[in-house]
Amino acid sequence: MNKLISSIAVCMLSITLFSSCQQEKKLPFYGERHAETVRDAAGVEKIDTVYQTIPNWSFLNQDSVITTNNVTDGKVYVADFFFTSCTTICPTMHRNLMTVYNEFKTNPDVMFVSHTIDFKYDKPSALKKYAKKLGVDGPKWQFLYGSKDSVYTLAEKNYLVAVGEDSTAKDGYIHQGYLVLVDKDRRIRGAYDGTKEEQVEQLKKDIPVLLAEYKK
Amino acid sequence: MRKYIINSIFLLSVVAIIVSCQNQETIDLQNYMSNGKDIYKAKCQNCHGENGEGLGQLAPPLTDSVFLKSNKKRLACIIRNGTDEKMTIHGKEYQEKMPGFPELADIDVAQVMVFVTNSFGNNQGFVPYSQVSTQLQNCK
Repeated sequence: MNKLISSIAVCMLSITLFSSCQQEKKLPFYGERHAETVRDAAGVEKIDTVYQTIPNWSFLNQDSVITTNNVTDGKVYVADFFFTSCTTICPTMHRNLMTVYNEFKTNPDVMFVSHTIDFKYDKPSALKKYAKKLGVDGPKWQFLYGSKDSVYTLAEKNYLVAVGEDSTAKDGYIHQGYLVLVDKDRRIRGAYDGTKEEQVEQLKKDIPVLLAEYKK
Repeated sequence: MRKYIINSIFLLSVVAIIVSCQNQETIDLQNYMSNGKDIYKAKCQNCHGENGEGLGQLAPPLTDSVFLKSNKKRLACIIRNGTDEKMTIHGKEYQEKMPGFPELADIDVAQVMVFVTNSFGNNQGFVPYSQVSTQLQNCK
């Protein structure tokens, strides 16, 4: 009899332990990180983790307006790399991203940024035409044009997306189809294969989780 | 009694043979449809969509059966060589460049064409490979 009571007690105890351990869901941090000694408000030294962040950038958008990181600062945004004459993965990526765009259209804290990697052809006018035909209007989804150097460096070093020119590829360029989720502090919090529907569904679930982190 | 059983087995097998014997065209059609679907997924679906719905105004849908029917003879050439001509589909204008697919053999073009013209609400029936091959030789 004693044995029974004690086993029930152990059970109860473990249940309470487990349920109290449940943390709020948080998205992971991508990229490199290092520890840094910082002083907090009270002047006490402590060690903090510093995560990789997206640096300042400045490009022309689809309206030929100089656009900088100011438009995405303080917002959660999804970034990707594409080009308008791409016939392989980009149409699928943007078809899927469109569904995310439509879901968060009215949320002022969410933005979309697509960088073209075709620095020869995709001038702002080509981007504008593309955006219009895709069905995107307004500043919520920016299509950005920049020099090869600036865009490719940003892609590979900062967003961790591989891009490149390849004369053997059908359309002349190769790139990965990741949709990169960036938080309000410019840290990468997710990367989703834009050609896979189930990963894009996950992105739709993760954006609210990320927004909730800032609501405290 | 024994005669009775043998007779009925014989009769049954005759019925089974008749039922299982579809005509050659139906078999060919099924064959083209299943191969064509794989080619569609690999080459066309990116732009034209899983259900032939197209993509905005960038890629037209494949659900306009009137357009597909009236351009039936040109479809094979468009698949092989691509096009950049202006098209009116479902009353909307489209003018984007469709790439060609020169890597597709005549039989592949025939199969994917048969798949498209018999899916997404289209029902044009079977077109044999030989006919598509002739069309492809006479592309403008």
